[in-house]
Amino acid sequence: MIAAIAFYVLAAVSVFAALRVVLASNPVHSVLWLITAFFSAAGLFVLMGAEFLAMLLVVVYVGAVAVLFLFVVMMLDVDFVKLREGFTRYMPFGAVVACILLVEMILISAAVAARGAGAHAPGVQHATDVTNVEAIGRVLYTDYVYIFQAAGLVLLVAMIGAIVLTLRHRPHVKRQDIHTQVTRDRKKALAMTRPETGAGVRPEDLV
Amino acid sequence: MIGLAHYLAVAAILFTIGVFGIFVNRKNIIIILMSVELILLAVNINFVAFSTHLDDVAGQIMAMFVLTVAAAEAAVGLAILVTFFRNRRDIAVDDASVMKG
Repeated sequence: MIAAIAFYVLAAVSVFAALRVVLASNPVHSVLWLITAFFSAAGLFVLMGAEFLAMLLVVVYVGAVAVLFLFVVMMLDVDFVKLREGFTRYMPFGAVVACILLVEMILISAAVAARGAGAHAPGVQHATDVTNVEAIGRVLYTDYVYIFQAAGLVLLVAMIGAIVLTLRHRPHVKRQDIHTQVTRDRKKALAMTRPETGAGVRPEDLV
Repeated sequence: MIGLAHYLAVAAILFTIGVFGIFVNRKNIIIILMSVELILLAVNINFVAFSTHLDDVAGQIMAMFVLTVAAAEAAVGLAILVTFFRNRRDIAVDDASVMKG
């Protein structure tokens, strides 16, 4: 009973938050609603019995991705009102496509579920001695170790890509260059000049 | 009793909202990226729902990899967005044709 109430509350909140994400006029609000949606989806995961993935969702999405979005939204100085042009123009077409998609997917879901894919109720039969985290850990580092490594590679490439894309060297900014600093010797650093007496020295003559 | 179909329905609704968001926010790439995140979340809900109902933990492993790819995609997408904004002082993507020939 309480599980059913929790499911309906979490599902309603996540759907409402997702709607606000796409319909909000202010992108900062969108990001905050996105956090809400992910948080309630994490609650749904807990209800299903996937605690580890729920915590992962909170850590990765709320902790990293949403904050990244917030940074970018607040950093860019964009006229978001102008970006909403055509919102009402695309709305009917989008709504029609969305309705068709939704009806199709609900039909398929109902058919699959009715055929017996979820025949046994969750939480009843697999209440074994193994916790969710242990069950994942047992297969993640054995059966799926290569794909696990591939996931790490994907993250590494994404990190390097993001750095390469956003890194820029501005001109006229003094930076440390360890190599030139260390390899500098007396011959390069020192120059003997013989200025004329009483003529003075201009700074550009010295370099 | 809440069964598999309920979770699949929630996932379907979230997926549809994501697709709808891409349709209506065609100029704002930030909202488009968030819609893609919503779609991937819906996929994750499907994975986890089937995983727990079939008593097979492989679905949760796959959901973890979807999560990984989603995080990587958000990072690279936002980096491209920042570079795009630096070059054009604007993020309207509907007339982005810089890469054409």
